This record gives sequence, structure tokens and C-alpha cells, in this order.
Amino acid sequence: MEEKNGFVREVAEKKYQYGFTTDVQTEVIDKGLSEDVVRLISEKKGEPDWLLEFRLKAFRHWLTMEQPTWGHLNMPEIDYQDISYYADPTKKSPLGGKEGGLDPELMKTFDKLGIPLEERMALAGTAVDAVMDSVSVKTTFREKLKEKGIIFCSISEAVKEHPELVREYLGSVVPYKDNFFAALNSAVFSDGSFVYIPKGVRCPMELSTYFRINARGTGQFERTLIVCDDDAYVSYLEGCTAPMRDENQLHAAIVEIVVKENAEVKYSTVQNWYPGDAEGKGGVLNLVTKRGHLRGRNSRLSWTQVETGSAITWKYPSCVLSGEGSQAEFYSVAVTNNYQQADTGTKMIHIGKDTKSTIISKGISAGRSQNAYRGLVKVASTADNARNYSSCDSLLLGSKCGAHTFPYMDVHNSTAVVEHEATTSKISEDQLFYCNQRGINTEEAVSLIVNGYAKEVINKLPMEFAVEAQKLLGVSLEGSVG
Amino acid sequence: MLQINNLHAKINGKEILKGINLTVKDGEVHAIMGLNGAGKSTLSNVIVGHPAYEVTEGEIIFNDKDLLKMSPEERAHEGIFLSFQQPVEIPGVSMVNFMRAALNAKRQHQGLEPLSAGDFLKLMREKRKIVELDSRLTSRSVNEGFSGGEKKRNEIFQMAMLEPTFSILDETDSGLDVDALRIVAEGFNKLRTPQTSALVITHYQRLLDYLKPDIIHVLIGGMIVKTAGPELALEIENRGFDWIKEEVGL
Repeated sequence: MEEKNGFVREVAEKKYQYGFTTDVQTEVIDKGLSEDVVRLISEKKGEPDWLLEFRLKAFRHWLTMEQPTWGHLNMPEIDYQDISYYADPTKKSPLGGKEGGLDPELMKTFDKLGIPLEERMALAGTAVDAVMDSVSVKTTFREKLKEKGIIFCSISEAVKEHPELVREYLGSVVPYKDNFFAALNSAVFSDGSFVYIPKGVRCPMELSTYFRINARGTGQFERTLIVCDDDAYVSYLEGCTAPMRDENQLHAAIVEIVVKENAEVKYSTVQNWYPGDAEGKGGVLNLVTKRGHLRGRNSRLSWTQVETGSAITWKYPSCVLSGEGSQAEFYSVAVTNNYQQADTGTKMIHIGKDTKSTIISKGISAGRSQNAYRGLVKVASTADNARNYSSCDSLLLGSKCGAHTFPYMDVHNSTAVVEHEATTSKISEDQLFYCNQRGINTEEAVSLIVNGYAKEVINKLPMEFAVEAQKLLGVSLEGSVG
Repeated sequence: MLQINNLHAKINGKEILKGINLTVKDGEVHAIMGLNGAGKSTLSNVIVGHPAYEVTEGEIIFNDKDLLKMSPEERAHEGIFLSFQQPVEIPGVSMVNFMRAALNAKRQHQGLEPLSAGDFLKLMREKRKIVELDSRLTSRSVNEGFSGGEKKRNEIFQMAMLEPTFSILDETDSGLDVDALRIVAEGFNKLRTPQTSALVITHYQRLLDYLKPDIIHVLIGGMIVKTAGPELALEIENRGFDWIKEEVGL
């Protein structure tokens, strides 16, 4: 028995393998939030006046707002004055590496995370923008993509090099007044990725951003903007990890996507922020606003997310279907274990005629976690023949966790067809024993069953990500049964 | 191969097995017969290590190893297989992935490399034939939507894949029609070797007609009260169990 406990402990401790910290000279501004801090961030980034104005408007609006409480979440008190809003790990110590070069510690960190930043070592067919704390440290394959007219860089660089594009689209999908966290992000956002795919171009590689929180006592407020012009296509991946710390860290991001006529965007997320320890201490508060605007006729957007990390996840990647015949999809697997809480889902806003949306959500709860699906399907009076199909399944492991479904429908057009299905199931002792008897241990059996359950969503991910996600589902639920 | 000495076991605090002694040698097939509630399924569950059962006394030695010290999956890796009375459905997990995980776990235990996808699928095709299992079924989720007979055939298919040395057939004949019974029994017979043994739990002679067990045991009230050759099964078929009860003074 002693030996068995030792093993369990080992597994539990090993479980979050990205929990290390990088010892790198990081410039962190003082904690606290005020107009001066907003100005300081803007100044550090050498931003034009219009962007500073945008930030200040957002900040002033944020001051008038209150943190939302409608989520099925037990949110810890967030002291917004006790967070540093800017941390730059690329600032060298006076004795640091050569000018313009990247600190070798940063290279090592991303290597360790399986994200090599040297192009010769990169995953086949994937370009990466690596963001640590508040700053994009490196974007690979920029030159190669540039040949096709594709812009893939950090949003800070985009502000400098393509101000007209950023100015046109920033805040056009998620206005700063949208919600409390969106206003906060708009005021203090630091870095993130910018993607522009020109007309008729099919992006030849997967574009990905890897977000890493490293510094203590900081929040990460990244901002991603993707614009896919007429007849263009891009597949974009997002990955996230953070060190294990016993305090909560705030991550409040915005992702905006603009999809024009006949264009298609696939956005995939594998979110593995530090979930806190087995007692629920620490972990990332993941409060994110993601939205795509399907502006053009026959435009297509699909969100695929595998959410296994974070102490709290509050995000609803949404689609506004304005373009006639546009199609949107939302595929989600959200796993919660121990004391994790997730309130996640989507919003599908049908405005154009003949628009179609699909929602497939799979919630998996274990331990003492709470997992909620929250989704809105709205059909405006203009959206003749709109179609929606929603399917929300919950899988429970154990009896102390909770699964909840909050589907909202708001239909203003009699030609619309909106369908919703929901199921709840449980992994039974009999199923686990059947696997055991065939020689499959319980951890692996849970992983098999959970992966089988999530298959429909995992299959939507690009190959390399799908393999990662499968492993992650197994690891996230280790120790959850038996 | 398998030696059970003075085995006592209980479930939910109630003692079901009250001192089982049983020795199965290499190559032998033993049948266990008895009324419902006699402890037949308890015995098979205890051998495979079902967590709901508690062994309070006695030992099970399997090929010189202490079986009761092993986890259910270790017992499986060591070569013990149970054909379940009611095989459970596992939605979402394909038969292919399930069998592959099972087979590779066993191979890892034996210090062998996992089978390549190609070799594995070839093996599936070969073994399927033994119980005439349609590829339509093996491409589905584990037991999902299988008829009663298909589930039992699937159990023997899994046995063929895993090549256990000691198999337990727990009422594999229940709910089978005549044709399915023949397919399952013939499949089992094809897998018999001088190195493999089995314990067959059944109420009926018709399965034993096919399997031709070497030894018949009668289990009553948690104890083996009578052991004899195959002729005993025929006698039970004709006369029931009452005469045995009288004989042993129960």
C-alpha cells in the first residue's frame, strides 16, 4: 500500500509537466492600474496616439464597469491593483547576449515546451509566434510567409509596420465596451499575434501562437487579431502553459477574427494553463473573449478548443454570422479535475440569410470540479432559413463533481430551425473493471474512454495537435478515479 | 497451473465462498456447476481480482505466483482471462483501440515491443474468423449495439487475441441460441492447447457436450461438494442437484 501511495504521489506531482519557471532577466513594471500605467505601457511599446486613445477610452469605460457574476463560478476576489500589467523577458541584463539576439534561456524554455524557435527544427508545416508574459519573443517563418503576402507577426510589430490594418480591424469584432474583461484587455493589452491573409491566398502552413506566463505577480493580456480576406484560408493554433505557482494568475485575452467572402478560418486551441494544485490552490484565471465576424458571403469559421488547464475558465468563442450563407462551427472539450471550474460555451448570432451553425460540446468533470456549458443561439429577424444544431454532452467521473448545461435560444425568425440535444453519462466501475481484466490499467482505461468520448472534437484538430490533446486528456484526469 | 487453497471470500460483508479447494493442471478443462447463488460467479470474480470481493482467507497460486497479491491487470498480463457473463458496453472506444491497448499492455509486461498497426490489424482479421465475427462489429465501439450472442462471440474473440493460459467462461452459454452456442464452443476448442487450461461455469450440459471437460465440480453453499469425471454433468442434467445435497448431507 505504501508503495502504491508513493506512486500516486509521484504521478500527482509529475502531472503538470510545464510548471517550471525560467530564470530570465525580466523587466516588470510596478503593480497597480491607473491611467499612468496605461500610458506607460503604450509608451514602452512606442505606440501611435490613436492606439493610446483607444486604450484610454477603454480604461475609462472599464472604471465604470463591474466584474460579471453570472458565471457558474466561485471566483476568488481579484485585486486589480495587486497585479503588474507589463513584464518583458527580452530585456537583457547588461552582460546579456549580443544585441538583437534572443536570450538563450528563452530559447531553452520554448524548446522544453516542445516549441523549437529555430526554423530548421520546427514542426513540419507550422510557423510559431512565441509570447512570454507581455512580449512576443520570436515569430518564425515570417519571411517565407511574406512571399505570399501573408503577414504573421506580433501585434506590437503590426502596429508599427501595418498601422492601417490594425487600426481598421482592432476592436471591430470585440469593442472595448463589450464586457468587463474585454475593456480591461483593451486598456492594457501587451502582445499577441497578428495575421493577415490576402485575397485568394491559401496559407501554406499552420500558424500558431504559443502563450507562456513566466513572471510572478503579473497578468497576461494578450490580443490576437486575424483577418482573412476574400477567398483566403488559414488554420491557426493556440497553445498555452504557465508555471506552477500558489497564487492565482490572471489571463484576460481577446481574440478577434474577421472572415470575408468565401474565406475560411479554422482556429484551434489547446489550453493547458496551470490548473492549481490538487487542493485548489493557485492556477490561472482564464477569462477570455473570443469572437469571429463572418462578414462575407459563404464565409466559414470553426472554433475547436480543448480546455484542460486553468483554475477557472470563462470563455465563449463566438460567431457573428452576417454574411449570407456563412457557416460557423464550435467544437469543444472541457476537462475539469480537482477543484477546477469551467464555464464555457459559445454564442452563435445569426444575422444573414441561410446561415448555419453547429455546436458540439463535450464536458468532462472529475474530482470536485464544476463544469458548465453555456451557449446562446440567436436568430435575428433577418436570418431567413438559419439553421443551428447543438449537442452538449457531459461525462462525470466520480460523484463529487458537477456538470451543468445552460442553453439559451433567442429566435426571431419563423423559418429558422434550431435543435438542441444534451446527454449526461458516467464512467462506470464495470467499464473500468472490464478494461482492467483485459490488462488495461485504470488510468489508461479512463484515457481510452475519455478520448473515445471526445473523439468527435479531437478529430477536428490538426494532426500534431490532436496527438498532444489526446495525451493531455489522459494526463489531466490522472488520479481522478479509484 | 492454478491451485486454490481454502479460499474464503465475501461481498458486502456476506461470506459467499467458504473454503474452496481446486487444482487445475496444464491442458485441463474443468466445469463448475451449481444452483444460482452457490458462489460460481463469485469464484470467477475473485480469481480475476474484482474489487468488490474481499478475500478473507486462503490463497490462489497461479504458475507458482501469489495471484491475490496482483492487480486485476497484472493477472491479465500473467495470462488470466474472464469471458464475462454480461459484457459491458464502452461507447466511444473502438474495438480496435481497445484490443490494441490490451494487447500492447500485455506485450509490454512480457518485454515485447508494441505491435505495428499493420501487424495488429492482420492479427485481428485472423482471430475474427475463429468466432466468425463480422468486421462490421470489430469496427464498432466495444460491445455497443451487439446482440447477446455477438457479445459472447466478442468475448471469445478477445480471448483469441490475448492468448491467455487460463480462461474462465462465466455462463458463456446463457442467452445463446443453438448456432451461436456452437460457434462460441468451437471457437473456444480451436484455442485449446496442452499448455492452456480453463474453468467453465455453466448450468447446462449442452455447452459441455462441445467442450468435453475433464473434470466436473459441483459448488453448493460456497464449497465444492463433489468432484468427478464428465459423466457427472450428464447425471446432473438428468437428476438435478438434490441427490448430491442428500449425499453430502446438506
